[in-house]
Amino acid sequence: MSPKTLYDKIWDAHVAHEADDGTCLLYIDRHLVHEVTSPQAFEGLRMSGRPVRAPEKTIAVPDHNVPTTADRVNGIENPESRIQVEALDKNAKDFGIHYYPVNDIRQGIVHIVGPEQGWTLPGMTVVCGDSHTATHGAFGALAHGIGTSEVEHVLATQTLIQKKSKNMKVEITGKLQPGVTAKDITLAVIGETGTAGGTGYVIEYCGEAIRDLSMEGRMTVCNMAIEGGARAGLIAPDETTYEYVKGRPHAPKGAQWEAALTWWKTLFTDDDAHFDKVITLRGEDIAPVVTWGTSPEDVLPITATVPNPEDFEGGKVDAARRSIEYMGLEAGQKLSDVEIDTVFIGSCTNGRIEDLRAAAEILKGKKVKDGIRAMIVPGSGLVRAQAEEEGLAEIFKAAGFEWRLAGCSMCLAMNPDQLEPGERCAATSNRNFEGRQGRGGRTHLLSPAMAAAAAITGRLTDVRELM
Amino acid sequence: MEKFDKVHGVAAPMPLINIDTDMIIPKVHLKTIKRSGLGVVLFDEMRYHEHGGENEDFVLNKPAYRQTEILVAGDNFGCGSSREHAPWAIKDFGIKVVISTSFADIFFNNCFKNGILPIVVEEEHHAILMEDAHKGENARMTVHLEDQQITTSDGVVIEFSVDPHRKHCLLNGLDDIGLTMEKDHHIDKFEDHASQARPWV
Repeated sequence: MSPKTLYDKIWDAHVAHEADDGTCLLYIDRHLVHEVTSPQAFEGLRMSGRPVRAPEKTIAVPDHNVPTTADRVNGIENPESRIQVEALDKNAKDFGIHYYPVNDIRQGIVHIVGPEQGWTLPGMTVVCGDSHTATHGAFGALAHGIGTSEVEHVLATQTLIQKKSKNMKVEITGKLQPGVTAKDITLAVIGETGTAGGTGYVIEYCGEAIRDLSMEGRMTVCNMAIEGGARAGLIAPDETTYEYVKGRPHAPKGAQWEAALTWWKTLFTDDDAHFDKVITLRGEDIAPVVTWGTSPEDVLPITATVPNPEDFEGGKVDAARRSIEYMGLEAGQKLSDVEIDTVFIGSCTNGRIEDLRAAAEILKGKKVKDGIRAMIVPGSGLVRAQAEEEGLAEIFKAAGFEWRLAGCSMCLAMNPDQLEPGERCAATSNRNFEGRQGRGGRTHLLSPAMAAAAAITGRLTDVRELM
Repeated sequence: MEKFDKVHGVAAPMPLINIDTDMIIPKVHLKTIKRSGLGVVLFDEMRYHEHGGENEDFVLNKPAYRQTEILVAGDNFGCGSSREHAPWAIKDFGIKVVISTSFADIFFNNCFKNGILPIVVEEEHHAILMEDAHKGENARMTVHLEDQQITTSDGVVIEFSVDPHRKHCLLNGLDDIGLTMEKDHHIDKFEDHASQARPWV
């Protein structure tokens, strides 16, 4: 038998039908659903009188639209947001799917809730009407975002019509330097490949620096595979994975656990398996990074300066010129001189407990600089509760951070948490697109520790100076 | 879904690379629970000034391009979010074909589900089409799906490739879900097998 990649193995285990031209029906083990990309799909089911084929494999939670202020227990003020969340309440009930409503302590960002509750397991296929579904690849699950038509397709048939992607290996060798995190790895990779570099591929991340990461760090890395254009990112499961999964509410137990473990241990890339593209970075070479432009590929070490658009080639010259103008920067300006107005710590990229610990480590006994608006939005109600138990919430509040309830919040600014035009934000989220955090808002992507450092100094800051 | 065959219409140039889904349709317009009516907010933040009123410099606001049916766009068009509101807005505006040197994966898939044909062309052909699209109202291209050909206003013919299954679905206006349901017995069989092999799922 020819050697297989991890992706090949998961793919092969889920093909329900293959047509002569290679078009496959891929069976879906977990379907995650949120309020923004699902209403039209449920409406489609109703119109055609179709049920949800596998409600026991379908999990819904509202996250994109929900306010993160304490008054949300009294209901959502914005009528459109409220209608979307109420539609999800109703759809979950009518179609009998698992549901975590807004005021359930387990509510949170769908990509944080899935792993936290043990819905996401190695070797699974996981989809959601959200591009950051790539997050679940950290478990060695084939996970990717889909549009609303495909949400409806999965609801109705528990399958997707798919053609196989190519295999790409991204290896991070060696050890990371102090102050360098999973976020820096994933941004550095996109800086290397560009935002279209992964188009047509499924990435497998490997190498010592990846193996050394916790599950939460691995989720941060895979989360942004989509920003590099890849369909999905994968990391082979290992002891770190099993330890994280074991005992979670929906993880297998007893004999089932043993059977699952036996199969999970076969989920690795065979020696000599073929990759269509290979990228290798040295862990030691990765610095704490920030983005300067309006594409996640616009990444530089914090010690660098804003680039000159003329130094790029092709279409990137105009794109960089537009980015720098939009961002209100000047070529040659030191990134560490860029003053900010807002700090946002949260999102499916960096809203887990370890992210909050990393920020608290820097913020302990320090104050947010006068005039800076800073907020922390935990990724789930359970992350929030744990941070309170560990005393992190007290550190954040004492430093001057707003301590919010769980949701997507200012990552995409669909709820009231938004930037004003021209406002500049150091954000732990995943996209720095024009207008992403509010029309005219300017976003610099960075790690939670770097965001905390920026809150203290009021400018983009090399976290190593505060360590 | 409406059948797709041939489009003969105005092509508009958008050479900027990495046009993302937030540019195509900002999140303020994702709060709808319908699929229709989004054409008016297509490219919202580029198309309208912050406090209302059209930005006359934006290509689709120019008289020549108001009836655009074909978009010739820069590399990596549609990157970012999975929001199907992006192709819904494009379709609702009246655009039926988007041509680029590459597309983001999810956006590309979403187009086919909505009767939009995304076409990937080589850089040299892209340059010819982009130049043609700059000719304003005279930039009337023809895109023939059956023959897999684009014909410029000057009569230059460029061939393109398209996945045969997707072509078949577009040409016949077929609904994916209906097609998959015809294979229901395969799904049943798979579920029987999987529940034995991986009962914990």
